[in-house]
Amino acid sequence: MFDIIKKTRVWFLFSGTLIVLSIVTLMFNGMVRGKVLNFGIDFTGGTLLNLRFTQPVSVGQVREVLDTYKLGGAGIQKSGEKDILIRFEPLETEVRQKIVDDLGQKLGGVELLEADTIGPVIGSELRYQAIWALILASAGILIYLSFRFEFIYAAAGVVALLHDAIITTGFMALLFRNVDITFIAGILTILGYSINDTVVIFDRIRENLKRPGAQKKKFSELVNQSLWETMARSINTVLTVIVMVLMLLIFGGENIRDFCLLLLVGFTLGAYSSIFIASPLVVLWERGKK
Amino acid sequence: MRKNINQLRILIILAIIGASIFILMKFPINLGLDLQGGTRLVFEGQDTEKVKVSDDSMAGVAAVIRGRIDALGVTEPLIQRKGKSQVIVELPGIKDPDRAIKLIGDTALLEFVEAEWAPAGAAELTPEKIKEFYGKDARLAKVPEMRDNVVVSERPIILKQTALTGSDLKIAYPQIDEYGNPSVGFELNPDGSKIFAELTSRHIEKPIAIILDNKIISAPNVKTPITEGKGIITGNFTPEEVKDMVIKLKAGALPLPIKMVETRIVGPTLGRDSIDRSTVAGVIGFILIIFFMILYYRLPGFLADLALGIYIFATLAVLSLIHATLTLPGIAGFLLSIGMAVDANVIIFERLKEELRLGKTIKASIESAFERAFSAILDSNITTVIAAATLFFVGTGTIKGFAVTLSIGILVSMFTAIVLTRMMMEMMVDGKILTSTDTRLLYK
Repeated sequence: MFDIIKKTRVWFLFSGTLIVLSIVTLMFNGMVRGKVLNFGIDFTGGTLLNLRFTQPVSVGQVREVLDTYKLGGAGIQKSGEKDILIRFEPLETEVRQKIVDDLGQKLGGVELLEADTIGPVIGSELRYQAIWALILASAGILIYLSFRFEFIYAAAGVVALLHDAIITTGFMALLFRNVDITFIAGILTILGYSINDTVVIFDRIRENLKRPGAQKKKFSELVNQSLWETMARSINTVLTVIVMVLMLLIFGGENIRDFCLLLLVGFTLGAYSSIFIASPLVVLWERGKK
Repeated sequence: MRKNINQLRILIILAIIGASIFILMKFPINLGLDLQGGTRLVFEGQDTEKVKVSDDSMAGVAAVIRGRIDALGVTEPLIQRKGKSQVIVELPGIKDPDRAIKLIGDTALLEFVEAEWAPAGAAELTPEKIKEFYGKDARLAKVPEMRDNVVVSERPIILKQTALTGSDLKIAYPQIDEYGNPSVGFELNPDGSKIFAELTSRHIEKPIAIILDNKIISAPNVKTPITEGKGIITGNFTPEEVKDMVIKLKAGALPLPIKMVETRIVGPTLGRDSIDRSTVAGVIGFILIIFFMILYYRLPGFLADLALGIYIFATLAVLSLIHATLTLPGIAGFLLSIGMAVDANVIIFERLKEELRLGKTIKASIESAFERAFSAILDSNITTVIAAATLFFVGTGTIKGFAVTLSIGILVSMFTAIVLTRMMMEMMVDGKILTSTDTRLLYK
């Protein structure tokens, strides 16, 4: 049986590197690209147009039409053969209407799939909400697990969660994918899922500790044994969920692609951190207590 | 005896499936705006000198908006106050969102203002001078002369005090004026009629400015006293404008102006697209999971697949019972929960493997596998629900939908994965299909 706990240093070094890289990427974005993440209009305020043209169009053609409006800083992105996503500063309803009509006339017909306008105030409210959600969820999990297990288990579990949240965020920063309100949902789902994995392992440790003869064993050995006893479950469980995420990523369409990408990374990390971060942390702190 | 128990079990399972399908047929699930198409608007009340944003004034705003939307004839609109100063309006499936935005967002404060045509040179006077000459409420304005929707000239006018407002109206209706143009006819309430009669009697050959939201619509000269409290508002209106103005005047003015801080418009195509695509993803994912479970866990895996099938119906049924709204993230959440729902089974079956290896009988193994796995399933699912619940309380709109779907999914999956799968496993034992631990039906 391979000793996972013995190699704690390797896992921590690996995760530490990823965390540092994530923070560096976020800082790099902040300094070079002007914003740490590619925040969508949900966070910054603005207008988003999702248009489907009757015939294939290029970003250049759309930009040519938009240039006459002198709006500045419009982000144009192709999201399908005939589909175009455009992001602006917040637009008045009349201006938005005019732009869509104009595009339709000049580029041969257009259908409005989606048009969102969000004021800058609402956008900034959301940013606080996101941070609050993260703190509240972590606190809730910390309290529940302290109650059901012990504080160090709860703390180790939450550290693993934050590890997942930071690296997933770093990944989104690296790809500079659009981050909107579903990002919050995604991060919290990852938290919920990752802690789920962790708890099953902790549950096994708790049970093995109660077994006769457990006191004679070294704690680290006992944890390692618990990890291997739950390994098949840990892998199978993440497999079934990842299958679903992959299918959504492949077939689900542009609208939820970023969301699925986030979940794919997060779930994988969650499974990894439950085994290689949370459990070794418990061993480390248990040793520190003595 | 054993046979009877199995019949009872089959009956229970069939009852659950039947009830779920019945509920789904009877109460189809609400689709969110992002799936069925529609418009979501968030308005924020603005303080004025006279009226401040308060609980009362915002309740008034919501009531007026409701009146206007009802007149528009939207099916199942949602009008909801949010926080101290905001009102959320959701209009599923409307075809012309921009018209609705104008219809709802305009204050629609109608004023009849005593006025007189400005003499030559008055246009150069300072506001102070105007007040000095024409009274303290007086101000200079311009009446646009429209021809074919283009302003051809502007005539200066001096507005004095407001005589009547929209709240003095008894009713408003579409009408055709003497030249055949669409106009708005109105009738005043008794008090309004009296004031109007008095005003028109002493104001002969002078104009009365009709102002809507600080914009002068027209300023007709009074020709004869109007005593019966009836009148007509003309201007360069299209029939649609007349219709909307009537709706606004009937529902009354907003107690204070509102500003639109958020709009989301989703066309019908996008939602259909999303549903189709997610269905494909879900079906393929579901099939892959089914195969995986059978190949890896054999008979128990197959039973878990049956439970998973029931899970899908039962979860959708619960969602429709609690009137949850299914959104695009919600569908994603539901599909994820299908992947997660087998987790409890995976935990139990892994446990079963261990118990079987200890050399217990099949019945004893199943029993202890379910019992021992329970604490892990409970604790792990509760922590997931904590995260989902946080999302529900912090999130808004589509995110709330996602949180609800995920939480319901977790709770239902605990039932199907633990109770139903156990029932089916015991059925296999009692029905003599699983008789010994030494069978290819089990994976050890």
